Amino acid sequence: MTATTLSSTAAGSYAARRERRKIIGYGIFFLLMALAIYLFFVRNSAADMISTFVLNPTTKEKVIKLSNWVLPTRSTLLFLAVVTTALGLYQVARGFKRVVPVLGLVSLLFVFAFLVWAVRGKSINLLGIFIFTVSAATPIAFGAMSGVMCERSGVVNIAIEGMMLTGAMMAVIFASITGSLWMGLVAAMIASGILGVFLAIMAIHFRVDQIIAGTAINIFALGITSFISQRFLQPNPALNSGGVFSKVAIPGLSQIPIIGPTFFNQTPIVYILFIIIIAIHFMLFYTRWGLRTRAVGEHPKAADTLGVNVFKVRYINVIIGGMIAGVGGAYFTIGSVGRFDEAITAGKGFIGLAAMIFGRWSPIGSYGASLIFGFSDALQARLQVLGKSQVPIPSEWLLILPYLVTMVVLAGVVGRTVAPAADGKPYVKG
Amino acid sequence: MTPVLDLRNITKQFPGVLANDHINLTLEEGEIHALLGENGAGKSTLMNILYGLYNPDEGEIHIRGQRTQISGPTDAIRQGIGMVHQHFMLVPVLTVTENVMLGEEPTKGAILDRKLVAERIRELSRRHGLEVDPDARVENLSVGVRQRVEIIKVLYRKANILILDEPTAVLTPQEADDLFEILRSLRKQGVSIIFISHKLREVLELADRVTVIRRGRVIGETKTAGASQATLAEMMVGRQVALTVSKHAATVGDAIVQVNNLKVLDNRLQIAVNGADLEVRAGEIMGIAGVQGNGQTELIEAITGLRTVQQGSVKLAGQDVTNASPRRVTECGVGHIPEDRQEDGLVLSFPIYDNLIINSYYRQPYAKGLVVNQKAIEGQAGALIEKFDIRTPGAEVPVSNLSGGNQQKVIIARELNRPLKLLIANQPTRGLDVGSIEFIHKQLVEKRDDGVAVLLVSAELDEIMGLADRIAVMFKGKFTAIVDAKTVSKEQVGLMMAGNTLEEALANAPRSAVQQQEIIT
Repeated sequence: MTATTLSSTAAGSYAARRERRKIIGYGIFFLLMALAIYLFFVRNSAADMISTFVLNPTTKEKVIKLSNWVLPTRSTLLFLAVVTTALGLYQVARGFKRVVPVLGLVSLLFVFAFLVWAVRGKSINLLGIFIFTVSAATPIAFGAMSGVMCERSGVVNIAIEGMMLTGAMMAVIFASITGSLWMGLVAAMIASGILGVFLAIMAIHFRVDQIIAGTAINIFALGITSFISQRFLQPNPALNSGGVFSKVAIPGLSQIPIIGPTFFNQTPIVYILFIIIIAIHFMLFYTRWGLRTRAVGEHPKAADTLGVNVFKVRYINVIIGGMIAGVGGAYFTIGSVGRFDEAITAGKGFIGLAAMIFGRWSPIGSYGASLIFGFSDALQARLQVLGKSQVPIPSEWLLILPYLVTMVVLAGVVGRTVAPAADGKPYVKG
Repeated sequence: MTPVLDLRNITKQFPGVLANDHINLTLEEGEIHALLGENGAGKSTLMNILYGLYNPDEGEIHIRGQRTQISGPTDAIRQGIGMVHQHFMLVPVLTVTENVMLGEEPTKGAILDRKLVAERIRELSRRHGLEVDPDARVENLSVGVRQRVEIIKVLYRKANILILDEPTAVLTPQEADDLFEILRSLRKQGVSIIFISHKLREVLELADRVTVIRRGRVIGETKTAGASQATLAEMMVGRQVALTVSKHAATVGDAIVQVNNLKVLDNRLQIAVNGADLEVRAGEIMGIAGVQGNGQTELIEAITGLRTVQQGSVKLAGQDVTNASPRRVTECGVGHIPEDRQEDGLVLSFPIYDNLIINSYYRQPYAKGLVVNQKAIEGQAGALIEKFDIRTPGAEVPVSNLSGGNQQKVIIARELNRPLKLLIANQPTRGLDVGSIEFIHKQLVEKRDDGVAVLLVSAELDEIMGLADRIAVMFKGKFTAIVDAKTVSKEQVGLMMAGNTLEEALANAPRSAVQQQEIIT
């Protein structure tokens, strides 16, 4: 019944013109990237330089050794610039059918060009960057999974940061007292699960604005952990030394070149994350509970009229979401450095929320987004190590990188994503 | 024979209102029983009690002779009661299958058995003529198909008592006809149906029996055979109601609005209005007839400055107002009763007095320098509430608390309370009861008689036929015919709405009374 068939007229071509402008806009962006590769990287590298990427772990482990990846800096960069130019020209002239994957590819080429240029005349351990990426992505991904659980059922959880912070502290205290890292992990889950109960009661039962409820929990968590840290942990270092989970290589899988050391030679908390991601994906899209969760997050009244208990679904999801955030918190202490410092989570919970949005509220997409944020973290760390002569950018600027990526991703690439329709809206029966 | 359903003395008190006052209702096996009443009469409350969404304060529910308690939808479903709500209870992003299975999901191990449900949906569609694709996402379906999904949802739960709450409110006439066919076929298969409505014609056409309720009480029960619209309307409202609008012949003046070769896009940037020409003169009601989605909404939005005109022009009393701001259009003397009163007509959380000055707050006497003149605003509200008979405890009540009819009266009071040249009424009586409809129709005719040009858009063909002096039929963004209302019959307009030309329509449909006379003389 619509007028789709009439698009040959003047007003129809107006819509087509808009579409055309968008296509050309992407093309020009690709060409600018190519130009940037040329201007900043090709022209700033000498013809005889060589970039070396090491693909073997630095530690002595039994993996299949790969030979180093040695690239002539300048010609590689030229090649990348040419490929990017070609993509841009094709986009301007014809237009790719699906432009977003091409956008991803161009970004990847640009980042790679940057790396090739940054290590000109030197070598860098690429595998090390990958491994660091996975560990930096882990707390972000835990935050994102916590967000997915809560928001899919219609409760905005901005308290992830506070839950993680609490989990981080409880993990180290209980690990120190009991001497068992696993007990620390359980304590972290219980503590942040209790914060989840608070959030659920405020958001679901009392219908408090969920942003305010979450912010209250964050402020409370920051205050109480800082207080306990100053008052009890600093005078008693014995309470703040729970040890760290050691890496466990998964037999077989960890032997695979590159992927093995990256994903399958990590601490148990990382493996718990993988299990959680797969479990949430399976739960959401293949089980009864998942269908009900999604229905409650989109249209709670519809679910209610079919006999689904909206409050029960939301309570359980929010509490599980809280517990997941707690495990993510534990990663900061007993998963990596072994001790608690004030505000140790450093905003990773919020970046986790960004990853969830970038990943469109799906567990696997959110993990992908977490890896992007983790990679920018890892890159930043490595570039600082390479030194000023290689990368003449002040280290303060490099530290901004992960947050800059967050902002650019949220504002630019994500654009309009669709949150669950009832996200953040309390349900009133009747 | 024991009735399938027997409600006895159902009473429900809400703060300040007795919504249901000792209501008795019986439903026989395999009948369509209409529940008729004005908005706010207590129909929906009664059905929500039956479906377990409310608990009654008093009264008994008997199903097939057995007294039962229904304390939640789960109980109702178990007793074989299914309900199609007025606002669909479907999750837009889920598929038809997922919507149907929700709450009663078969599983294989832990995994949802979508295949099994899709198969059952196909079987139900075949058996009852409810054509629908189980794998389609609900958000991509038309309103008519969504309603079929709702019915399938109920049948999937093996309901034999089906409640439909104002099912035709959102449907086009064709979709409503399809729905009636489906309901008749369900009746034949032994399903007992309660059909809630305030549309008299539908009730008489479809139902076997009618129970009329007014202010929470049963006024009477009658078989539809032998009942007439007039008797039912009187039972429903409590006084005699004029079902047809009485009006004198129009005294037509100059052209007030001239629309020339207008082209407008819809929200998806597709052409909605594609070269429309229209002229409305002072002192006439121009009715735009058309199936929803043929560009009516976009046309009105373009005239009122709410939507960008791509091509063509709009002139108001000789002045060019193409792409003028809505405020400028308003100040040119245009009153606009928008299609969706809650979305575009009112700020629901604002009190009545603020809603009444929302198009003139910046002017004397409501604005005094930088501040508003609260006294003038509230004084004005008091006067308008009385003049337009808005039923409310006070002017400070948020409009969200008013019934639909009274919300519409607030808009009408605001728009009609200033010198007008053009009045645009887009679906002015949608979802309203007979009493409110009568009031609004009277207002429109009065304005016409004062020499205002009235542009009426309505999906109700009866409304167009009853009110309009001329009828413009809109089809795929164009006016296919503009005719004198007296010279065409309802059936002929119906054919043109479906895309036929005037000549085809005149040749293939029953003639109007005037045409009959012309032939005789």
